[in-house]
Amino acid sequence: MGDAVTPTLSLDAVTKSFGQVEVLHGVDLTLNAGEVHALIGENGAGKSTIMKILGGFLAPTSGRVLLDGQPAPYSTGPQAEAAGVIVIHQEFNLAPDLSVAANIFLGREISRGLRLDHAAMRAAAGDLLAQLDTTIRPDALIRDLSVPDRQMVEIAKALSRRARVLIMDEPSAALTHREVDALYAQVDRLRAEGVALMFCSHRLDEVERLADRITVLRDGAVVGRATRGGMTQDGMATAMVGRQLADIFPPKPSAAGDEMLRVEGVTVPGRVENASLTLRRGEVLGIAGLVGSGRTELAEAIAGLRSHNGRVTLMGQPLTIRAPADALAAGIAYLTEDRKEAGLLLTKSLTENLTLSALDRFGFRIDRTREAIAMADATRDFDIRAASPAMPAGALSGGNQQKLLLAKTMLTEPRIIIIDEPTRGIDIGTKQQIYRFVRRLADEGTGVIVISSELPELIGLANRVLVMRQGRIAGAVAGDRVTEENIVRLAMGLGAEREPA
Amino acid sequence: MKRVDLHLLGPLIALVGLFILGALLNPAFLAPANLSNVLARSAFIGLIAIGMTFVITQGGLDLSVGSMAAFLAGITIMAMNWLAPITGANWGTILLGMSVALAGGIASGYVNGALVTKARIEAFIVTLGTMGIFRSLVTWLADGGTLSLDSSLRAIYRPVYFGGIGWVTWPIIVFAIAAILGEWAMRHTRFGRHVEAIGSNDRVARYSAVDVERTRLLTYVLLGALVGLATILYVPRLGSASGSTGVLWELEAIAAVIIGGTALKGGRGRVWGTVVGVLILSLIDNILNLADLVSPYLNGAIQGVIIVLAVVLQREKRAAD
Repeated sequence: MGDAVTPTLSLDAVTKSFGQVEVLHGVDLTLNAGEVHALIGENGAGKSTIMKILGGFLAPTSGRVLLDGQPAPYSTGPQAEAAGVIVIHQEFNLAPDLSVAANIFLGREISRGLRLDHAAMRAAAGDLLAQLDTTIRPDALIRDLSVPDRQMVEIAKALSRRARVLIMDEPSAALTHREVDALYAQVDRLRAEGVALMFCSHRLDEVERLADRITVLRDGAVVGRATRGGMTQDGMATAMVGRQLADIFPPKPSAAGDEMLRVEGVTVPGRVENASLTLRRGEVLGIAGLVGSGRTELAEAIAGLRSHNGRVTLMGQPLTIRAPADALAAGIAYLTEDRKEAGLLLTKSLTENLTLSALDRFGFRIDRTREAIAMADATRDFDIRAASPAMPAGALSGGNQQKLLLAKTMLTEPRIIIIDEPTRGIDIGTKQQIYRFVRRLADEGTGVIVISSELPELIGLANRVLVMRQGRIAGAVAGDRVTEENIVRLAMGLGAEREPA
Repeated sequence: MKRVDLHLLGPLIALVGLFILGALLNPAFLAPANLSNVLARSAFIGLIAIGMTFVITQGGLDLSVGSMAAFLAGITIMAMNWLAPITGANWGTILLGMSVALAGGIASGYVNGALVTKARIEAFIVTLGTMGIFRSLVTWLADGGTLSLDSSLRAIYRPVYFGGIGWVTWPIIVFAIAAILGEWAMRHTRFGRHVEAIGSNDRVARYSAVDVERTRLLTYVLLGALVGLATILYVPRLGSASGSTGVLWELEAIAAVIIGGTALKGGRGRVWGTVVGVLILSLIDNILNLADLVSPYLNGAIQGVIIVLAVVLQREKRAAD
């Protein structure tokens, strides 16, 4: 890509300060037509700020945003969209009570005179969704869709706007295999059509697969640039963190102790069908499967969040779990995949979040001093980086939110912990911390079940992996047989070699 | 941080301002008899508004409290009148009547709460329905007229409203105690924490093993009990109840809660703010009556402006965050 080509969108020595604090220090960046640009860096490196500046949501403190070599003619998000620069945020921008088609055409409804042409919008939305290889119905309501489906709707919405520049923040964070493949296919298609694309991702394999150009950001400055093939995944990780990352996953001891948890014949109508599992002391049990395969629903049933049939036995004692409080009292904790909507009270202080599940341990009159001590301990033990314990949880970065959620769950002193998507949308340094923490828990005798869509994570952490498919346990792999191929085969219903559970 | 504090203290500053204004406009304002009267009359709405603070903070609403108070006053008077020939005109009868009011309040609150949490009907709809039902029942019980307490009982019961320790009458004392306990419960107990958590995001609360439905139900029962308590203090004032007793109390209580800085969408509750809100509304009424500045008929308009202003201030606070 020679200098003769005028970049579609570029940043020229952009800085950004919030109050006294400069968070971007003279960033140059170019997005060329027909090229995919990956922006990588740890949480807090300044990726979101750059995206917001490119998308017109923030103005740079100094420096210029150039569209086709001219100062960008927009200063708000909607103006940028009108100019063909579209940003898909991690927080979806969809109206939950409107249909998929209505969302895709929101603000640009197709009409016949005064009347909306619902049929035309439905048909056009259907075409877009079919291109994305999804089965989402155009007249489904957003509130009834899963997170990955909503992501697909966001992408469809951007496609419908004939974007010249498409900027995506963690587009695959909520997706699993099939959706990810569909997403990649769309990225390839848009690239071929000459769209300038940029995305942020914590999945380095994805960066390697998609990006023509990579920019590595650390502490608000560009610390590395490469073109396709010019940087290995290790190289990216090292550049992001600024130090050599030792092996991301801690070693796996192989000896499994006595049985801790036995789940037999759990059925959640319409979601999980006759699922059974056992968990032994000292092992990390992984659960894999596509989104919608019933992984989360099984975990929520065990945690008392969904009504179910079946038997749960903990340390040889049969349990009756009808409500979350029953599970918690027995020592079974579930850490949700949806930390923003089900995990943390985003407007409440860190301390109030930390102690919410374990308030009964702080006396009838809540002992503020002990709460503060618990918060200080959690901040230290989980390395939560926060300005103050009184700040709202929503102001933390994703990785720190996840650590807070982990601390909150551990405060209930669970004997069994089920962690759903432990590292969704968090940076590699924090991932490593969380992996070490999970392994240490298992080593210290807590039963650990990890549900994840990221196969490398399951392979790196779990001693044994159960694979779910269409609400049933499709099979299990253990030890050396825990490989990507075996898991995918089971998840796709191809029946890999079976291992006794 | 300092800006936020200013917003937090806004209602308190308004209250102090009103107090000074009242004192400047008419010296009679500061007379103990006047202040005692203002506070005692605030006590009914005040007790209800304290309960309402919990209901609103958990994300609910109760429109039925005014009618409920009228209904409870009606059955309390009927119960006492019925008991008087049996147990005699004495404190025993009064106490039995009081327990009717309290038990009736708890039962009514339970009905509201159960319809919201167990039958899963919107709080607005449920309490709009029970508002009509309670109002209609008391009108029916009074046969369209007025239910009056037997005069022998009234003489015994009277001091509950008019008596007290010096100028500090019983309603003021009860209101103060309820306010302190309420603030304490909201600020320092698991119940208060859970109420706030449910109001900010009930899904998070559920996933955190909070018994969401039980806590919600409890707020309605608590509110019902406080309506019962308010009724106990209200009956001796006039000694009667009719279809027009307690009209619009629900809106005054909700207004006081909002002025006090509790978010209408739930999640953040301030009992002390509610108390300030109640006092602001009462003081406006009292000052307009004492001063010739503005016609007392404009009372409602001024209260309306204050409510809207309070909400605008809340929004600015959120923007400042």
